[in-house]
Amino acid sequence: MLGILASIIDGVLVGLVYGLAAMGLTLIWGVMDVINLTHGTMIVAGMFTLYLLTSALGVPPYLALPPVLVGGFIVGVALYWIAVHRMIGRPPLMSLLSTFAVNLVLIGIGTGVWGTALFNVAVSVPGISIGRYTFPGAHILAAVLAAVIAAALYLFLHGTRLGRALRAVANNREAAELVGIPSTRLLAIAFGCGVSLAGVSGLLIGTLFPFTVLSGDGYQLKGFVVTVLGGFGNPIGALLGGVALGVLEGAVTPFVPVSWTLVIEFGLFVLVLIAFPGGVFARRGTL
Amino acid sequence: MKRLCLLAAAATLLAAPAFAQNSASSDTITVGFTESQTGPLNVDSLGLVRGAEMWRDEVNAAGGIKAGGKSYKVQFVTYDDQSVGGRVQQLYTRLIVQDNAQFLFSPYSSGLTAAAAVVSEQYGRIMLDGGGAEAKPFMLGNKYLFMVITPAGSYLSGAVAALAQKEPHAKIAMVYSDDPFSKAVLAAAKDQATKVGLEVAMDESYAPSTTDFGPVVNKIISSNADAFFGGGHYSDGATLARQMYDQKANMKWVSILVAPGDDKFGELGPAALGVTVPSQWEVQVSYLPQFGPTTPQFAKAFQDKFNAKADYHAAAGYTQGAVLQHAIEQAGSVDPEKVTAALNAMDVTTFFGRIKFATDPEHHGLQAAHDMVLAQWQQMPDGKLGRQVVWPEAAKSADLMYPIPPATH
Repeated sequence: MLGILASIIDGVLVGLVYGLAAMGLTLIWGVMDVINLTHGTMIVAGMFTLYLLTSALGVPPYLALPPVLVGGFIVGVALYWIAVHRMIGRPPLMSLLSTFAVNLVLIGIGTGVWGTALFNVAVSVPGISIGRYTFPGAHILAAVLAAVIAAALYLFLHGTRLGRALRAVANNREAAELVGIPSTRLLAIAFGCGVSLAGVSGLLIGTLFPFTVLSGDGYQLKGFVVTVLGGFGNPIGALLGGVALGVLEGAVTPFVPVSWTLVIEFGLFVLVLIAFPGGVFARRGTL
Repeated sequence: MKRLCLLAAAATLLAAPAFAQNSASSDTITVGFTESQTGPLNVDSLGLVRGAEMWRDEVNAAGGIKAGGKSYKVQFVTYDDQSVGGRVQQLYTRLIVQDNAQFLFSPYSSGLTAAAAVVSEQYGRIMLDGGGAEAKPFMLGNKYLFMVITPAGSYLSGAVAALAQKEPHAKIAMVYSDDPFSKAVLAAAKDQATKVGLEVAMDESYAPSTTDFGPVVNKIISSNADAFFGGGHYSDGATLARQMYDQKANMKWVSILVAPGDDKFGELGPAALGVTVPSQWEVQVSYLPQFGPTTPQFAKAFQDKFNAKADYHAAAGYTQGAVLQHAIEQAGSVDPEKVTAALNAMDVTTFFGRIKFATDPEHHGLQAAHDMVLAQWQQMPDGKLGRQVVWPEAAKSADLMYPIPPATH
């Protein structure tokens, strides 16, 4: 019984990080109807930035957060102008292909530089043990930081002038432009924020698990499931969706063979799509 | 402009046969294979390819393979298979039909090798397999497929024997990747373990794309197992090792496939300590070769050439070539049937170990003599973590560390 409880708690902790990873994806979708297929690679970029800062410069792992946050934003804005801007307003397939192409280029460069070798960042944070089960300190800290960053995003979107402008663009771009909101600039900012969130979640995941250049695919796939659970275009829904996915993984594993976890996970994905085509927590267009 | 295009086309037509003739030159042997330059198998494939390249360069520097009064230089034709089985079948067909490869080396991994073997057999090309350990392709009546490494069924034999000696009634949790290689290894290990009186407390596979093993580790703890056998390929094995350490699973014994065989595994620090890995070859082994380099010579030459430590993939890559070379020399010809006969009759010892192929129709080409060793991550004399050979007793370079010290973080 304690084992099941431990797995559920573990699911909540990791789910918060999954949720943060999906928030970037859903933010970009919510504002500009673009599915960013570089998302997984941006998560990996966060992991490698963490590795380089900690191993080469000796920066403590969690102090790498601000540079990744800012660097991710800058990279995101650049990506927007390179790969996305000309696709805005065109069929979604165009931006999908455009970001897919950029993703292939980035993975190719990453594989050329680092290969698919393993990288690990050692994090020493004391954990909490209940009986024979231990919750690693890095997992607890990553979950807390994910929740704090998600709360900060919520406050940014709802409590600042820029955030409200972003929501206005997401709601109705033409109307926002009519009242003087520079929508193109805001789309670039939204893309930057989305990539920044991907980078930060990559950093947090990098403190939990070893990684390779190709690790992003799995998290991107989870991001899609979380986005569907949480509702397209709803960042806070994504966080809840992440927790739901984590809890599901934790709660299912003790009862079924491990190989069935993915089957159940994606079975649920299909069921949610059928029952709630816009996601469980859908508030489309309102961010 | 039109005239220029016509001229270019004519030149291409004239040049094409010349290239084709060159690739099938009578004093050059063309060996074809695919490598996983991209995709998840990149790291292990790289070692295999580097080993093969080293063999090629050494052979050519020594004047080539001598057979029937001729010297044959070796040239490689390779493509990136992107770690994808579908690509392998296309590319091995191309290697044979377009590039006129006379001999083939396998790609890396059991899955890709099985895909390539379908093509090599169809065209009757000899393929030396140094990258796929699954035995299944060798039970289909193939005539030209020869495995130079120990088959998957024997991967964990040493681990089972060593564990049974230390803890005769140990309970084992087996958690492994849902791929042909890992499933074959663990199925055989389960049989071997139960035969010697060990108990299998948990036997489950996971999807290769699994990223978080937290709930799985909790399940392992709940199973009350003393020992862990499992993993699969690269990042999954490393993630399992780290999460078992982070979550204080405190296994007395941990054997993980493939991942701990790479030096980068040491980056896990204390999570790597005590982890054992079945290995086809380690730099500490000292077989007396009948031909080719000794282990120290191979290890040094590899380090000098690639500025990297040789691992068992590299040694297997080199051995594929050395075995092919020996067979051609024994056959005195590059005729496929004569070389096949020489391979069937082969029973030799190289720096990689003893090589002999099964010749009965049910297992033709399967490796029948090569032995695995069991390596363990231990604190080396210089204070750093490194791999020591701990099993079999006759080949060990250090005593087995048992039990693994509990996590203290």
